[in-house]
Amino acid sequence: MASLKDLRVRINSVRQTQKITSAMKLVAASKLRRAQEAAEAARPFSERMERMVGSLAEIMGEREDAPQMMRGTGRDETHLFVVATADRGLCGGFNSSITRATRARIKELAEQGKSTKIICVGRKARDQLRREFGAMIVDHMDGIGRTGGPSFEEADEIGRNLARRFEEGEFDTCTVVYNRFKTVMSQVVTFQQLIPFSPPAEAGAESGDGSGAIYDFEPDEEMILSDLLPRNLSIQIFRALLENAASEQGARMTAMDSATRNAGEMIDKLTLHYNRTRQAQITKELIEIISGAEAL
Amino acid sequence: MADTLQFELVAPERLIFSGDVEMVVVPGAEGDFGVLPGHSLLISTLRPGVIEIYENEKPKDRYVVAEGFAEVTGERCTVLSTEAFEAGAIDRAEAERRLEQAQLGLRDAEGDEEREKFERAVELAELLAANAG
Repeated sequence: MASLKDLRVRINSVRQTQKITSAMKLVAASKLRRAQEAAEAARPFSERMERMVGSLAEIMGEREDAPQMMRGTGRDETHLFVVATADRGLCGGFNSSITRATRARIKELAEQGKSTKIICVGRKARDQLRREFGAMIVDHMDGIGRTGGPSFEEADEIGRNLARRFEEGEFDTCTVVYNRFKTVMSQVVTFQQLIPFSPPAEAGAESGDGSGAIYDFEPDEEMILSDLLPRNLSIQIFRALLENAASEQGARMTAMDSATRNAGEMIDKLTLHYNRTRQAQITKELIEIISGAEAL
Repeated sequence: MADTLQFELVAPERLIFSGDVEMVVVPGAEGDFGVLPGHSLLISTLRPGVIEIYENEKPKDRYVVAEGFAEVTGERCTVLSTEAFEAGAIDRAEAERRLEQAQLGLRDAEGDEEREKFERAVELAELLAANAG
């Protein structure tokens, strides 16, 4: 049986852990609020970008000379996944749910004889995918948003990187994988196709004032589109990163909350055990004294 | 015809300006253009420059923007820019630091794409320095 001292040490160590997890929970909660605000503040830009690309796509959509980034290469052979996770763990199933979904998708594609390439954004994605798909990882980026949330420059860098690789014909379709922020408790793994561009379903219905109208273009459609599409790429990635950042904090908060609760339960149980043992020892000592006195 | 049009200036991080204005001058890639209510439909790329919002036929607010896009319809004008700064709120030291960095980058730039990128950065930084409060 564990001695009293062992139990005391044990209780103390669990208590320390509980302090850490509850502190992490508080930190995550405040970071979550900031991440959510950032995600909301970024929404107008991507919405208007979508509207603009949507109305351009309407005009250019069927034309032969539309840029490849919009129409696609016409092939469906090489798929590129941009897998966005966090840099750090201790946030429940946040990272592994992304990599698990990606893994399943890659295997599915492999069965169809298609090849896959991966760009890892965030340290955990690379850590978890490296062993199985090491050869497919063509690039990785760490330390996104280390200073107060992901910035547009970081997203733009990834976007430019993608555009360059696409122009060099490294892949045919591109999908970004991230956790969409649904509520604090639940995050949904989302596959969003970036290339070829798929217009959002509601864009056509929403642009009531512009639909069917003829826009003037300055300089001209192709120039604008070839400028706009890579920019749109960056923006979609930016949005994914922001959603991911909010999801990460949400997941961490939930995970740390349940860890704190579990630690509390454990402390209760250990304390009970500790008190029982102490009492048993006292009783035993009393019996020893009494029987010693009687023997005299 | 309405006297005002709805003008929105949006950066990736946030909505910077949204409101009704009488006229706004936008630095298009092929020259500045003014937008009044009832302007014809237009989508244009922007070069780094200054956006001027007019009130009572005088410039009221000025914003420095990096490259981006403008979408104009009769009722609204939407400017999407990767970076936007209110002219009065620019920090001179910060602007000069950016200029220095951009020039350094331009000196070491390799390839056309990179050089172009830094040329734009220099242009923007110069504008910022010129408009710093």
